[in-house]
Parts: sequence; C-alpha cells; structure tokens
Amino acid sequence: MNNAGRTGIPLQVWAGVALVAIALAVLPFVAALAGQAWVRILNFAMVYTMLALGLNIVVGFAGLLDLGYIAFYAVGAYTYALLASPQFGIHLPFWVILPIGAGIACLFGVLLGAPTLKLRGDYLAIVTLGFGEIIRIFLNNLNAPINFTNGPQGINLIDPFRIGGFSFASTESFLGITFTGPQKYYYMLLLLTIAVIVVNLRLQNSRLGRAWEAIREDEVAAKAMGINTRNVKLLAFAMGASFGGIAGAVFSATQQFISPESFGLFESIIVLAMVVLGGMGNIPGVILGAILLTLLPEVLRYTMEPLQMGLFGRVLIDAETIRLLVFGVALVAIMLFRPAGLWPSAVRKRELEVRKAAA
Amino acid sequence: METFLQQIINGLTLGSVYALVALGYTMVYGIIGLINFAHGEVVMIGAMVALSVITGLVGANTSLPAVVIILAGLLVAILICVAIAYSMEKIAYRPLRRAPRLAPLITAIGMSIVLQNVALMVWGRNYRTFPTLIQPTTHNILGAAMTDLQMLIVVLAALLMGGLVLIVQRTRLGMAMRATAQNPQVAGLMGIDINVIISAAFVIGAALAAVAGLMVMAYYGIAHYYMGFLLGLKAFTAAVLGGIGNLAGAMLGGILLGIIEALGAGYIGDVSNVCGLSSLSDTLQQKCAANDGQVSLFGSNYQDVFAFFVLILVLIFRPSGLLGERVADRA
Repeated sequence: MNNAGRTGIPLQVWAGVALVAIALAVLPFVAALAGQAWVRILNFAMVYTMLALGLNIVVGFAGLLDLGYIAFYAVGAYTYALLASPQFGIHLPFWVILPIGAGIACLFGVLLGAPTLKLRGDYLAIVTLGFGEIIRIFLNNLNAPINFTNGPQGINLIDPFRIGGFSFASTESFLGITFTGPQKYYYMLLLLTIAVIVVNLRLQNSRLGRAWEAIREDEVAAKAMGINTRNVKLLAFAMGASFGGIAGAVFSATQQFISPESFGLFESIIVLAMVVLGGMGNIPGVILGAILLTLLPEVLRYTMEPLQMGLFGRVLIDAETIRLLVFGVALVAIMLFRPAGLWPSAVRKRELEVRKAAA
Repeated sequence: METFLQQIINGLTLGSVYALVALGYTMVYGIIGLINFAHGEVVMIGAMVALSVITGLVGANTSLPAVVIILAGLLVAILICVAIAYSMEKIAYRPLRRAPRLAPLITAIGMSIVLQNVALMVWGRNYRTFPTLIQPTTHNILGAAMTDLQMLIVVLAALLMGGLVLIVQRTRLGMAMRATAQNPQVAGLMGIDINVIISAAFVIGAALAAVAGLMVMAYYGIAHYYMGFLLGLKAFTAAVLGGIGNLAGAMLGGILLGIIEALGAGYIGDVSNVCGLSSLSDTLQQKCAANDGQVSLFGSNYQDVFAFFVLILVLIFRPSGLLGERVADRA
C-alpha cells in the first residue's frame, strides 16, 4: 500500500469504503426483489451481529465462557416492551428506553458477575446457563399473582420506532422511492450496528481491551502485572450485557411482539456458535459468524424443498427438520475444518500453528 | 410429614435417573475436559429406540413375557446408543482434541441438533406413549406411596452405579481411565492407548444413558424427541453440583438435585404464600378469601429455578462443586 503521507488514509481505502457504503445502502432494495421477508432477515442478521459482538467481549476478549448470555437480550427486550406498550400503558420514546434497557441489562450483568468471579472455566459456564434459565422461567411465570410479563403469551402491540411523527413501521415514499417498514428499520439498524462495531473496535485496542486479553491468556500473570482482575472481569460482564440489552430493545421494537420463547438456552447456544464459528476474539470474524448463522437457516428454508423436488421428485423430509439437520451438520463440519473459526485473529492462528507443530 | 416423605421418594427416583445421566457427562469431562452437549440426546435416542422395540414386540402379539420384551428393548437401545456415542466421538470430537477449547463444544452442539432432528424424522413430532406391560402395584411406606417401578429404578440405578465404581476402582480398564484423567501424556507413555480409554468413557456413558432413557420414559409414560434437552441440562447441572469429573460427585449431585427439585416443587407454594400478610392490603385479603387462603408468589412452575438457584449458591461457597477437588484452570 502506498504511503499517502500526512493525509493518512490512501485513496484506495476511501474508494473501498465508498463501495461498501453504496452496497450496504442498496442492499435492502436488492433483497426486496426476493421479498420483504429477506429484508427482515437482514435486519435480524444485524440484531444478531450486535448480540454476538456483545458476547464476544465476555467470551472472546475476556475468555469467560457465558452460556446464559441471552438473558441480557431478554432483559433489554422486556424493558423496552414494558416501557412502550399497552401492558402498563407507558409509551416512552425509543431513545429514552435504549439507555434504560442497556443500564438494566448492565445491572444484571454485574448481578451475575459479582458472585461468580471466583469460578473458573466450565463452572462459570453452568452458572451462567442456570442464570439464563432462571430469567427465562421468571419471564414465563411472572403473570401471577401480579401480571408483569403476561407469561407465555408474551407482550403484544409494542410501539415501533418513532422519531417525532415519523414511524418506522409504515410504508412511505421519499423523493419518488418507496420505503417499506423493514427497509426503514434496515437503515436504522445499520447505523446502530456500525456504532456498536466502532465501539467494539475501539474497546479492543484500549487499555481495558488489553487487560481482558491478558486475563484470558493468564489470569495470575495479569494480576501480577497490576491488573485489577476483579474489576476488569466485572466490566467485561457489564459491557457485554449492555450490548445484549441494546440488541434486545432493538429486537423488541422491530418485532413489536416478544415472548419468553425467544430467549431459551438454544438461543444462547446459537449466539455462542456465532462467536466461536466466526473466530473468537476477532471482530470481523464474529460479524461474519453472526451473518452466516442467521442467513444459513433461512437460505436452507427456501432451498431445501425445491432441491428435494428436483432430486427425488417429491419432498422426503419436511423443510423445517432438514433445515436444522443441515445446520447441525454445518456446525460440525465448519469446526472440523477450521477449528479456530472461519476468520480467526492473527494471534490465535499463530498459536494454533505453533501447537500443531509442537504436537 | 407424609408429603415430605412422598416428595423424598419422588425426588430419589428422578435423582437416580439424573445421576446415571450425570455419570456420562462427568466421565467424559474428567478425561478430555469436554462438555458433551449431545449426551442428553443420546438418552432421548435410547428412550425412543426402546419404545419402538417394545411397542413393536407388543404389537406383534408374541407370547413373550413382559420382562423379556422390556429387556429386548433395553438391549437394542444400549447397542444403538453405544454405536452413536462411539461414532460421534470418532467423527466430531477426536479430530479436535488439540483444537481451541471451545471448538469441540460447538461440534457437540451441532451433533445435538443433528441427533434431535434425526429423531424428529424417525419418530415424528408427537408424544409417544409407553405401553403398560406390567400393572404397577403401589406400596405403602410410612404413609407415602411408592410404586414398584420407582423401587426398580432406584435399585437398578444403585446397582449400575456400584458396578461402575467397581470397574473404575478395581479393573485394569478403570485404572487406565483414572491414569488418563490425571495426565493423558504420561498415561500414554505408560503404554495406555488413550484413544481406547476415551472411547470406553463414551461407550460406558452411552450405555448408562440408554438405561436412564428407558427408566425416565417408563416413569413418565411418554417419550418425545425433545425430552433429551432438559434432562441433559439437569444431569449436567447435577454433575457440576457434585464436582464435575468426579464419579461420586455425579451420583451425589444427581440424587440431591432430584430431591431438591421435588421438595422445592412440593413446598414452594406454601412457603411463598402471602396470605399471612393479608392485614396489610384489602385487595390481598379479598384474593385470599376467594382462594381458600392460598395466594402464592411462586408456584411449582418455578421448580427449575429452584434447582439452578441451589446450584449457584453451592458454587459460590464451593467453587468446584460439593466433592470436586481440583479447580480446572482452563478458561
């Protein structure tokens, strides 16, 4: 790459950024050609990207295995749902709830982190798993004797994003272009996702990010180097949880309906799979993992039936089953061929090669 | 007092099943440090296979005695579970033995999804009922009821666990297993074929899982392609509660978890009854009057919360489980 001197970033990079920006801008219209459902799927991919990046802080940066991460997503989602729906008749605007949701999720993160700091490795994993299940069971049952969460039926009619009189849920025309609800959400989510990515990139190279990495590699040595391991680990939990809370609030607003079903252990596991499969600790890898694991089941949903029709002339296995089956096989296969993830960080890749050479 | 004893009996039965499944988790974990997420699905496959064989034999109107039919179902289930666990280890875990620690965890999750959906394809989405071959007789123990099925489950589980302890403590295979768990490299230098030992851990775990699958199906009378998930989760919790990697810990954890759950489900309604406070609020007073003085904050649907809550409490005070000694220093 030629050095452009004091101006800093060379022209090619700007051109690349511009190309990516244009591609991202027209993407929802391209996807809409295949149906509005695909725009919604893109939106989901972005929600999952935020979620996976949050979990990446805990698992990828700090090396703390969290199997109950979805609980924070649930907390964010329910915070938004309760503060902007007919459930309690409260209708706060989105920008007010977003920090509240992130804050409450952060509080839960500390609540989980504080008593479990002493635990290591897999003991931590099972406690976080238990915590996630506890949250879900409470959400499922807090409809009696006093109705908070409306139980298994979930909360309906949640307010969509609204800026002034401009609602994101309806179709509108601007400058001769028609924007559907999901397309408007797409741009909103894109902005939020980019913000989350930037914060994560900045975090990784910060003093705190390096402290997390040090703890991941060797907690005792990190302590000896003067890192306050307790506070730094708590911060990992709290920050990871906040991102989960934000993603949850966004999910609530785009979906306009939530129920405890969306926050089970399986979801936690899928988000963890996104992080590990993409390349733990490497932000581009995690984004890739999140997008891939959101799109893969959806692509399979639409391709498996025609494929079977083409091959055998009839549908042998119903689409839902085979879709998950292929998904499971894909998880195994990707891990077998790329044990460090699809796009591992340079450091991890090197470590793995050294270990292989030593073996 | 009778409720108490009754809940203890119910808890002991379920706890025995948890313990058998937990042993499978703990053996694998003790040797290769892997949370075998697919183990719960192996239990489910065991239950489903046994169910199919048993219903098949009953439907074929053979004049075989019920015991033979059940044993045949159990045998086929054990064989299939062992085959699945053996090949699963070979395909999905063995190539990743030197990989980053979380890689085999993800393949385990993948295998679990695969097994679940294979079961869905083969056995369908509906609940399958277990035919009643033997009419259960109920025995009265100090005022509490215990069916002979419950007795059989508890006794059989105890025998199997005793057998496993004998294998691990007294045989050459057991000694090799313990050596591998302590230090695989050194065990390899001593002439132990580690691959065989690891396979053995998976195979023994799977056989116990098949038995547990049949037990839990007979106990509840139904089986379902999704049953392995929660059962596996509980058993894994039990293994951690006792101290993962520790056989005695898995047994203790399983039985404790079963009893805690049963007692929790039995008493949580009374404990969290708020009618004692009805002098504080008029609405509460009315509600209590309408519900025979029973308005509970928490019902028995909080049973699972109870189990996890106890787990978290135990781990706060004993970070490596009840009987666990070494702290796994791998994060």
